[in-house]
Amino acid sequence: MDEFILIFRHEDGTKVASPEQIQIWMKQTMDWIGGIASQNKFVGGNGLLFDDARVVHHNKMVTNGPFGEIKETIGGYIMVKAESADEAAEFAKGCPVLQGEGNTVEVRKLAKRDGTH
Amino acid sequence: MEQQELLPHLFRQEYRKIVAVLCRRFGFAQVEIAEDIASDTFVTAAQTWPMNGIPQNPVAWLYNVAKNKTKNYLQRELVFEGKVAVEVKENSLELYEFEIDLSPQNINDSQLLMMFAICNPVISPEAQVGLSLRILCGFGIDEIADAFLVNKETINKRLFRAREKLREHQIKIELPTQSEIDERLEMVLTTIYLLFNEGYYSSNKNQIIRKELCLEAMRLCYMLIENESTNKPPANALLALMCFHTSRIDARLNRNGEIILYDEQDSSLWNAELISRGGYFLNCSTTGDVLSKYHLEASIAFWNTQQADTKEKWENILQLYNGLLQIEYSPVAALNRTYALSKANGKPEAIAVAEKLNLTDNHFYFALLGELYRGIDNTKAKQNFQQALALARTSPEKQAIQRKLNNL
Repeated sequence: MDEFILIFRHEDGTKVASPEQIQIWMKQTMDWIGGIASQNKFVGGNGLLFDDARVVHHNKMVTNGPFGEIKETIGGYIMVKAESADEAAEFAKGCPVLQGEGNTVEVRKLAKRDGTH
Repeated sequence: MEQQELLPHLFRQEYRKIVAVLCRRFGFAQVEIAEDIASDTFVTAAQTWPMNGIPQNPVAWLYNVAKNKTKNYLQRELVFEGKVAVEVKENSLELYEFEIDLSPQNINDSQLLMMFAICNPVISPEAQVGLSLRILCGFGIDEIADAFLVNKETINKRLFRAREKLREHQIKIELPTQSEIDERLEMVLTTIYLLFNEGYYSSNKNQIIRKELCLEAMRLCYMLIENESTNKPPANALLALMCFHTSRIDARLNRNGEIILYDEQDSSLWNAELISRGGYFLNCSTTGDVLSKYHLEASIAFWNTQQADTKEKWENILQLYNGLLQIEYSPVAALNRTYALSKANGKPEAIAVAEKLNLTDNHFYFALLGELYRGIDNTKAKQNFQQALALARTSPEKQAIQRKLNNL
């Protein structure tokens, strides 16, 4: 069993949702994670807040927020246990973030830090 | 109280107090001596009370006898050491201070310290529970053997090894420092919860023993809450959880000691006072910023005391299980979560999740699948109930599943 990280990418991080909509996504996200956890395959995860974000550029210039010319941003991640990248991708299909057109979930295997990576 | 009832009652109440105080005084190295002196005190009572009558203040009498026996023991030791050992070490003088402090304050403190000494990971969880029953709850070896459904020999060996281990590791009888307390408290709470579960979920048919284990676990937890430095949110949450569970203890077993399923329980047998106390402690548990598994389990148990089948109830239970499973997976939580999911989000979604649970050696798993398919695909419901029936071990479980099959 390997560990994978599922990274939620929002196409446009500047879009603002209503509190009601956020509440619905919240429940869907919790139910989605609960389903993975009930297979004993949830490792951890977190949401990333949009408030008070900074981007540090190549020239060490600091700008507010992850948004600028690039609107795409990361909204959160979870880590799961899975037999294969395909199984991890199956988990990712249930992620409510995908309801937003243009949004993606990136599936990446975590390095094991056992000297082979 | 008649004499034949009084002495066992006092034994249960006072034995553990005397042992705790003496242990604190002697250190864990001499735990057996502390237990011997305490037992001996009750033997003396059993011998003299029938002849001389019950003393006016039986507890004070017991404390006095325990003090005298301790004094005699220490004096004998001193004489022995004085004669045999070349010199009595000066720093051992404190040990031979004869006065034993059996004040309520010292009794309480000592019991609390003993709790932390016993709930130590150098001994196995079941040894911690056994030793807790013996030393903190004053259970006899017979009673512990009954509770665990093993013979006395096994218990004696288990406790003997546990005492040895604690001695070898020179476990000190002291409260952990403030910086360690959360971590150590977690172990104490784990042991208390195990002790509780031993009573609540055990296959033991002796209802009296089961209830007493539950009450003892609650008593130990309450001791933590009474003490300022251990009165932490998770301890309050655990006590709330145990109150809510215990409120249903009379309703969940029939006369033959067999489990009655939640749906079929007579809710007039639920104990309203315990439910309200559970609510009080659950409230007390919300002061910190830590959400322990006890908080989640207590909140689930609270919703289970609400019999009305509302949308709100099942949505709350579902979210609590979502949180609980992220902290700690267990098959039971996974199954219960899936049931709550069916109530909150509908059966089709729950079926899709249930099919992936991978608990095919568990009859509750197939019973759940049967329940979920009922009314949606009765052929599949029947297959699953039959599979559950084949895997079920006890006759009440088989009967409950058979009823479901008949109702299809």
